[in-house]
Amino acid sequence: MSDDVLRIRTPIGIKYQYSAGPRVSSHLHGLMDGRFVGKRCPTCHLVYMPPRNGTCAKCGCLLGEDVEVGQRGTITTFCIVNVPFLGQTIKIPYVAATILLDGADMGMSHLIQEVEAADVRMGMRVEPVWRPRDEWQPSMENVLYFRPTGEPDAAFESYAGQL
Amino acid sequence: MAERCAVIGVGQTHHTSCRADVSIAGLVREAVDRALVSAHMTMADIDAIVIGKAPDMLEGVMMPELWLVDALAAAGKPVFRVHTAGSVGGSTAIVAAQHVMSGVHKRVLTVGFEKQSDGNAMWALSVPMPFGMPVHAGAGGYFSPIIRSYIKRSGAPAHIGCMVAVKDRTNACKNPYAHLHEPDWTLEKAMASPMLWDPVRMVETCPSSDGAMALVLASEDVADAHTGPKAWVHATAMRSEPTAFAGRNQVSPKASEDCAADLWRKAGITSPIDEIDAVEMYVPFAWFEPMWLESLGFAPKDQGWRYVEDGVTEMTGRLPVNCSGGVLSSNPIGASGMLRFGEAAMQVMGIAGEHQVDSVRKAFGHAYGGGSQFFAMWVVGANKP
Amino acid sequence: MRDVAIIASAQAINAATTTATPVEMLIPVVNQVLENAGIARADIGFWCHGSCDYMTGQPFSFVSAVDALGAWPPIIESHVEADGAFALYEAWIKIQTGEVDTALVFGNGRSSSGDINRILTLQLDPYVVGPLWPDDRSIAALQARACLESGVVTERAMAEVAMRNHHNAISNPYALRRGDHTIDELMAAARVADPLRELDCPAHADGVTAVIIAAGDRARSLAKRPAWIRGIDHRIESQNLGNRSMTTLPSAAAAAHKAGVGSDKIDVAELHAPYTHQELLLTSALGLGESTSINPSGGALCANPMMSAGLARFAEAAARIMNGSADRTLGHASSGPWMQQNLVCVLEGE
Ligand SMILES: [Zn+2]
Repeated sequence: MSDDVLRIRTPIGIKYQYSAGPRVSSHLHGLMDGRFVGKRCPTCHLVYMPPRNGTCAKCGCLLGEDVEVGQRGTITTFCIVNVPFLGQTIKIPYVAATILLDGADMGMSHLIQEVEAADVRMGMRVEPVWRPRDEWQPSMENVLYFRPTGEPDAAFESYAGQL
Repeated sequence: MAERCAVIGVGQTHHTSCRADVSIAGLVREAVDRALVSAHMTMADIDAIVIGKAPDMLEGVMMPELWLVDALAAAGKPVFRVHTAGSVGGSTAIVAAQHVMSGVHKRVLTVGFEKQSDGNAMWALSVPMPFGMPVHAGAGGYFSPIIRSYIKRSGAPAHIGCMVAVKDRTNACKNPYAHLHEPDWTLEKAMASPMLWDPVRMVETCPSSDGAMALVLASEDVADAHTGPKAWVHATAMRSEPTAFAGRNQVSPKASEDCAADLWRKAGITSPIDEIDAVEMYVPFAWFEPMWLESLGFAPKDQGWRYVEDGVTEMTGRLPVNCSGGVLSSNPIGASGMLRFGEAAMQVMGIAGEHQVDSVRKAFGHAYGGGSQFFAMWVVGANKP
Repeated sequence: MRDVAIIASAQAINAATTTATPVEMLIPVVNQVLENAGIARADIGFWCHGSCDYMTGQPFSFVSAVDALGAWPPIIESHVEADGAFALYEAWIKIQTGEVDTALVFGNGRSSSGDINRILTLQLDPYVVGPLWPDDRSIAALQARACLESGVVTERAMAEVAMRNHHNAISNPYALRRGDHTIDELMAAARVADPLRELDCPAHADGVTAVIIAAGDRARSLAKRPAWIRGIDHRIESQNLGNRSMTTLPSAAAAAHKAGVGSDKIDVAELHAPYTHQELLLTSALGLGESTSINPSGGALCANPMMSAGLARFAEAAARIMNGSADRTLGHASSGPWMQQNLVCVLEGE
């Protein structure tokens, strides 16, 4: 019975149109301008950068005013990725970190480069390296990666509440 | 007010990376048939069916319960579909139990399944989305920074994850249904396992499995009349919180702590480590065992890793955790939570075979999902609640 | 059984396309239903959500809906991969266990994210039917053809269904499509999936519906005239397109029987029948007669926000009780090709 058909391949193709939503638009415009524009929650007053899906999930409300935050930030925690991953174009090993930008109240994910993976630390201070301006799109991918600033590490207590 | 409810049937498939010998329907039916045999029932006896699975994109079938009606002989019955991310197997068992506890139905079949080999799981779990930065690399990339936070906060030594992995892989060799049967693991060998998502080593991660788990839940009168083994549902609890907000504790989410506290209260349990005889905990990455021990109230804060180090969670320890081999040894996502709930019931029913713990009176089943934000738990016991 | 009632509802205005994210669409409706009920978030015992990943094009898409709920401190919450009406069923079960007294249930979906007619193809047998890619309209047209050929329905009766629903939708501010048409005009229109014409097919929409239910005295204290759930049941039938009646809906009939539809007169029925011929089949399966007003909202023909269209029917049926214009109404939700799965709920005033 070696000619039994046990499996068939049936590709599925569907096109989707995603919407960033009005609240994320000012953030995306900011990225087209080399700035990190987040939003403040009108209820708890914390600053979200990026403004996620336009909501403060803790309060269950729509985010309010735009707030530009600093370019520099602190690594709160990180992962050294050694797995070749489908769709992943970054050479391994690389560091994926949660970065708390100065003036923001929640970390965001990005790459850390220009430092050996083994030398990356929790609390390390980092800054963005932007793509050439003519390559900018409305996307966080405008920042190629973050790199160490050389400043002293932030104290653990300063970001412990983020873990 | 709630009616009593008991597990009177349990059935699972052999879990493996690719069940090419069966269709999705065949896989589900395999677990269902075994559960029905153990409940001394046929499909005709079943009042309602509650199905759970993780994202439909894993197999490429939208709401597959619709198509599975024939395979389940469910035409004319209520069929209800649950989807709560990784916790779905646990949530589904709870929703099914509530179909009985509400007094609406007397004999409810519940099944959780995943046939990951029929689709492309790596793709389905991280469909590229616009606007953001695609830095993560699957679930490992998501959870590894949280594990790093736990290690830093608790001061746990580096080998704890490997100890959990070796324990679970060794336990799995006593479970004929487990996906991984790897008897040769030692701590030394595990510590040499490659770092995939530093600090997470390959041995500390779960496999990707095809598999299904089914339970038959019965009302008190039906369970009393059942002559086979049974496990009474003492308490169930669920909690959810958002994925991300400023200042969220991701190592021990409040939803986890609240869910456990609610469960222990409902089950009348004041000292979980003393009153629970077997634990089936959702541990897809080995480090989550000490993390959940703390979060659930089995161990004091920052001390969970000491319980692992001292062998407390070994099959012969004071609190046997994942004698089935756990998620680290079999991970059919949509079924994984129900496997935890079902394996806990099997311990109470005394039908766990080689991985049976002696005289289990109360057992704990646990599942979580999303970004450590959806929790489902139950306590089952040998006596009526 | 505990007495449980619908005490408030809220809907988004159905739209053909939207630019807001699903969560941004959800928040105003969740806020509105809480306001309509006069209840605080913290007083909601259980939350239950219905939605569909394949509509959103994202696995675990429901996870972000939690962001709309203010789930802090953490909440008791669950999700069904189905219409929000099934979330209401789960909440009703939960209240019956005595664990909670109140629940907020909601369904949401953005039909415009992808080609919904093509997405629904993925519900079919993945081995032998799905790979042929019959779309939702084509599958419905097969059924309509069988109904016409067997004489179960007529083209004129289908046109009358379209005419009535589109007329009714004129007074429904949430509808997507509305207007007065003549039978002749409708029967002269071009066919889009022979024998179906455009206005025989559902107006797919982006939408949200939220409903609050409560038990006993809690319901009485929150609403002047709660819509009591006197019977609720759902049934499914085989999907096998080659081995299934195309002209009857046994699962709808069974659910209606269990829910006690036939025990007294139904004043208003809100039916989630996406196609005109399906409304005729469903009306017959439910045993509804001349004395029942069918779809005063315009039904799914005039706005079919997938994953909330069924719950919207429940909301509309409850609204007739709550405003005193009806004493006994029926809400219905369906799922799957040829209305494979049917959920029926009988509501009464006190
Ligand atoms: Zn806030």
